[in-house]
Amino acid sequence: MASAAQNSTMLRADTAGDGSTRLSIVGRLDATTTGAVWRQAMQVLARVKTATVILDASGIEYCDGAGIALLIHLRTQQSADGGGLEIHGLHPEFQELLHDITDGETLAVSLPVEVETSFAEQIGKAVVELLQDIRTVISFVGELFLAMAHAARHPRRVRWRDTLKIAEALGVDALPIILLIGFLMGLIMAFQAAIPLGQFGAQIFVANLIGLAILRELGPLMTAIVLAGRSGSAFAAEIGTMKVREEIDALKTMGLEPVRFLVVPRVIAALVMTPLLTIFADLVGLMGGSVVLLSLGFPLITFFHQLQTAVTYGSPVGGIVKSFFFGILVAAIGCLRGLQTKNGASAVGESTTRAVVSAIVLIVITDGIFSVIYYYLWV
Amino acid sequence: MAGESIIQVENVTAAYDSEVILSQVSFEVYAGEVFVILGGSGCGKSTLLKHLIGLNRPAVGTIRIDGADVVGAERQERSEILRKFGVMYQSGALFGSMTLLENICLPLEEFTDLPPEAIRLVALMKLKQVGLAGFDNHLPAELSGGMQKRAAIARAMALDPRILFLDEPSAGLDPITSAELDELIVSLARNLKMTFVIVSHELASIFTIADRVIMLDKKVKGIVATGRPSDLRDHSDNPWVRQFFSRQAAPDG
Repeated sequence: MASAAQNSTMLRADTAGDGSTRLSIVGRLDATTTGAVWRQAMQVLARVKTATVILDASGIEYCDGAGIALLIHLRTQQSADGGGLEIHGLHPEFQELLHDITDGETLAVSLPVEVETSFAEQIGKAVVELLQDIRTVISFVGELFLAMAHAARHPRRVRWRDTLKIAEALGVDALPIILLIGFLMGLIMAFQAAIPLGQFGAQIFVANLIGLAILRELGPLMTAIVLAGRSGSAFAAEIGTMKVREEIDALKTMGLEPVRFLVVPRVIAALVMTPLLTIFADLVGLMGGSVVLLSLGFPLITFFHQLQTAVTYGSPVGGIVKSFFFGILVAAIGCLRGLQTKNGASAVGESTTRAVVSAIVLIVITDGIFSVIYYYLWV
Repeated sequence: MAGESIIQVENVTAAYDSEVILSQVSFEVYAGEVFVILGGSGCGKSTLLKHLIGLNRPAVGTIRIDGADVVGAERQERSEILRKFGVMYQSGALFGSMTLLENICLPLEEFTDLPPEAIRLVALMKLKQVGLAGFDNHLPAELSGGMQKRAAIARAMALDPRILFLDEPSAGLDPITSAELDELIVSLARNLKMTFVIVSHELASIFTIADRVIMLDKKVKGIVATGRPSDLRDHSDNPWVRQFFSRQAAPDG
């Protein structure tokens, strides 16, 4: 009735005079050939719906797990339809394999236990998790504060060699990208502002805009965000990997507090390097702006003069003060997320993501708080 | 073997959240013996070890090491207790960014006021003791698994603790390296009179190194057998224990 050849494995189906169906399989039944045979056999079974199907298996020269699965499936399918399947002529070794696998038990996928949670429960859980997170952050801040105070009282106990290495990776190595982004940021902003301001003949005020925006906000913010992406993530990954490799446990059982040993050097490095990087970002940002004004025909001296009238000392100093806090924040949250890493390789990736996201969110929130404070301080 | 009792575990119940892993476990370890915590996967061996070294707190029960209460210890007291023992973790847990020498120097730098050259000398000695002389400038990643474990033992011994805890020293090692590690443990126990508490499921090495074993079981959530390994194999009342010991015992048995 139906026959097909695929990779030399054949399925033949004949209906005999008494209405019984005879299937015969010839060839190899392995993972690559069974698929085609499987589909054909199902079609045949669906069509004939006879009580007894006889499977002539004497032509099966090789049969692996997929082939056995087919035989099992045919049998269960038939018994579900109220019929039966007789397998004839299966080689003894395959017979044994079939017998071992089907030995008394039916194979069924164990269904995942689905626990339904109501909407209210989900909200509750989320709130509890959030509160717990806030709690850990607060206790971590406390621990960090104590460790920093300890470091200030016993500066010789700080791991300065590590601190220097981290400062190099966090600061010196980040300088090129900070310079590039800072310069372009100043350039682009000045260029964008020059067009509308030009319509009013007020192009010289580009200097005011650049001066205020870069020194107060963009310099520190952009530096902090680059650090969060470069170093906050690196801290989380580094410490997370140490956690997975039991190195954090090793530190603890050696009596070395991870906060003092790992977090303090990183926070100190960030504390020192972030303001320095911010100063660089400020300077190249202004240079970027000055390039635009130069191209518009204003001499440099005019730019600086305009800058001096627009910007007081408060702006750069306020920005740099902010950057201290940004630096601590990026380093601390990176380390915290690293220390919170659970087990497994994907956990490290998760911590890294969480470090960057938390850092950026906290940077923006902190920046908002500073805006309010500076407003009241008339900076 | 029988020295004075150095570790006392009384009625310890260990649980993660609401899931009880071990219930009411009590045992003692004597000074100078090699004591092995044995059991199948998932029976709570590593959990028990984490409790012994103070990383986890038991839900109930007390653990005393060399007379000091591990469970209730506060900061200062705690760091003194930690000085009494060294731990070798399953993965070695050497600090990947430091050379072997730096790894071993670290506890010495942190907890002694020895001059730097003395610290270096002690660290080199420890490396030699575990058969890693000449590897002091290597990073952990440059060494094989067996060497990393030996280096981890050297670091654990840096402050000459009375007790060493080893988590699955022979896991993932080939039989020869594993046997070498066993020899090292036996020689350290004999020559330095150190007490070893070892978590393991490698029967082959247990017969070589262990003075006494306790066997944990998942169903009982506690100890099913205590004694010398050969006694447990031959004379245990518990058929399951006898089976465990003889089925996987040395290839000739």
